[in-house]
Amino acid sequence: MPLLEVTDLRTWFHTRNGVYRAVDGVSFSVEKGETLGIVGESGSGKSVTCYSLLGLVPQPPGRIESGTAMFDGVDLLHCTPAQARGIRGKRIAMIFQDPMTSLNPYLRISEQLIEPLIIHEKISKKDALAKGLAMLEAVGINDAPKRLHQYPHESSGGMRQRVMIAMALITRPELLIADEPTTALDVTVQAQILELIKKLQQQFGMAVIFITHDLGVVSGLCDRVQVMYAGRIVETGDTRTLFAAPRHPYTRALQRSIPSMQPKGVELYTIPGMPPDLSKPTGGCAFVARCEAATDVCRATDPRLASLTPTHATACLRVQNNEL
Amino acid sequence: MPSPILQLQDVKTHFPVESGFLFKKHAGTVKAVDGVTLDVMPGEVLGLVGESGCGKSTLARTIMQLLPATSGTVVLEGKNLTSGSAAEILAVRRDLQMVFQDPFASLNPRMTVYATLAEPLLVHGVCQPSEAKERVAKLLETVGLAPRYMQKYPHEFSGGQRQRIAIARALALSPKIIVADEPVSALDVSIQAQILNLLSQLCRKMNLTLIFIAHDLSVVKHISDRIAVMYLGKIVELGPAADVIERPRHPYTRALVSAIPSPNPEIERQRQRIMLPGDPPSPLNPPAGCAFHPRCPYAKEICSASVPPLVAAGPNREAACVRLGEI
Repeated sequence: MPLLEVTDLRTWFHTRNGVYRAVDGVSFSVEKGETLGIVGESGSGKSVTCYSLLGLVPQPPGRIESGTAMFDGVDLLHCTPAQARGIRGKRIAMIFQDPMTSLNPYLRISEQLIEPLIIHEKISKKDALAKGLAMLEAVGINDAPKRLHQYPHESSGGMRQRVMIAMALITRPELLIADEPTTALDVTVQAQILELIKKLQQQFGMAVIFITHDLGVVSGLCDRVQVMYAGRIVETGDTRTLFAAPRHPYTRALQRSIPSMQPKGVELYTIPGMPPDLSKPTGGCAFVARCEAATDVCRATDPRLASLTPTHATACLRVQNNEL
Repeated sequence: MPSPILQLQDVKTHFPVESGFLFKKHAGTVKAVDGVTLDVMPGEVLGLVGESGCGKSTLARTIMQLLPATSGTVVLEGKNLTSGSAAEILAVRRDLQMVFQDPFASLNPRMTVYATLAEPLLVHGVCQPSEAKERVAKLLETVGLAPRYMQKYPHEFSGGQRQRIAIARALALSPKIIVADEPVSALDVSIQAQILNLLSQLCRKMNLTLIFIAHDLSVVKHISDRIAVMYLGKIVELGPAADVIERPRHPYTRALVSAIPSPNPEIERQRQRIMLPGDPPSPLNPPAGCAFHPRCPYAKEICSASVPPLVAAGPNREAACVRLGEI
């Protein structure tokens, strides 16, 4: 049984300008201890998917229209607030993109770090601080005893992201959701943080959902990848297969537009046009206007994710019909 | 051998840091750019890479004369910009244009595209107000936008389109050099590819010299002819783009190259990463000698003794490391 099983999740935003279908029928599962990468460009719904699971979508304007997310027998989308509080921050933890703004500048690191322990584990402040100190050391912070009592502004970006990771992992969660945790960091610091997440994952045996727009980050870290476009999963597979032989035209186009995958000086492939307006569903495939291989069938039929092999699935009608 | 279009000679840009409220005390100096000597050839694309805080943006702004250099000279086609009068600088401004990182912040939200693009033309008297419309239409076409967008405001465009408008603004005065400071960092990969293609086409077509600043090495390698790697205000390695990335000489460049995640899982799983400990040091209080030595895996005592100069390291290559021969 998978650790987390999401079925047909739809999160729509009801605004004055229309209904934006940010997440529109997403189903996936995460096994114990595995790393799942969610890749997509801005606006593809990768963050909203994870925010929905943790009840972090502002409602209104957001509304979860349908779907279930079973985590160890509890439906995260329909459980009571008390049940959600027992899971969120304890068994499922999250780290955010920007370490500069996601720590509270008014509180010492110690207070923020041990807050989840005090809330979820009913231990004394002294024991919590001892655990906090051990955790800071585990994420590789030098002179942790001093850092513990400092304020966030006294640390650099990489250090703050380490504090965020320590905070998320202090309750030993079974699932960690990382939303672009290295996007705001320099490459050498990014390499440190990725290595750290890998190490801690093995140590604690937790599952990780890693959201990113960087295909490079995914390739080294994740067991499985799913590619999102316009609120849907368009392709999913184990990392090696998906990178070596992507099938969906969007994944292929994405790969061809990265400079490091192309010989130097060659004109990069560009995807024509722009992502579709999520408030105006077309009835057909969302990628159709930008797809080189689109046919009339693609415009008329809504494609579903279908398996090509047991570990590889795509939502392209032409691939499913063996035409591509 | 053509002569360089832009020459930087020992350029330093320092910022004084003051402490205290009423009685300001001099508390130190941030040496953002600390002795950069560099020749830029006409028509070349020079990539400038480094992590945040290494001084690459400050160097760009110093070249543009948006920041005064503390010492050293910036010479554009024989004209010394650092000692020039305001009028002289205004006259060369049109040869030197800039594209900024964030297209959401670099365009005035209250000006239409037409107003944004016509302003430099009219300020510099390049054309009569009656011809401005035609010129602006042509500029928009050059960057791949339809002239009918002229009366729109920046908020009506996507990030990629805004960056095209910013590029059109830079091209308005037919400059000789464009300095692009992280022009694609704020964009999605598919849009990034469009802007990179546009920039390299424009350079080829108009014989532009481009100084391209980015922290993403694969982007810089793709577009540049030569790459300069900066660390803490100094250039530590310089050479032909592919050469520098594939056979880096300086230990910092090696670490930087090895830190880029590769979008190929086979390569990614096999390779050995050079992990740099810690963060880049504060430019307020840089380490003695080679600024990189506290994080360098090859550092020896000699590295903290003196600042290594850029020396020849192979054909067309330069690197600033005293242990170059041994590592």
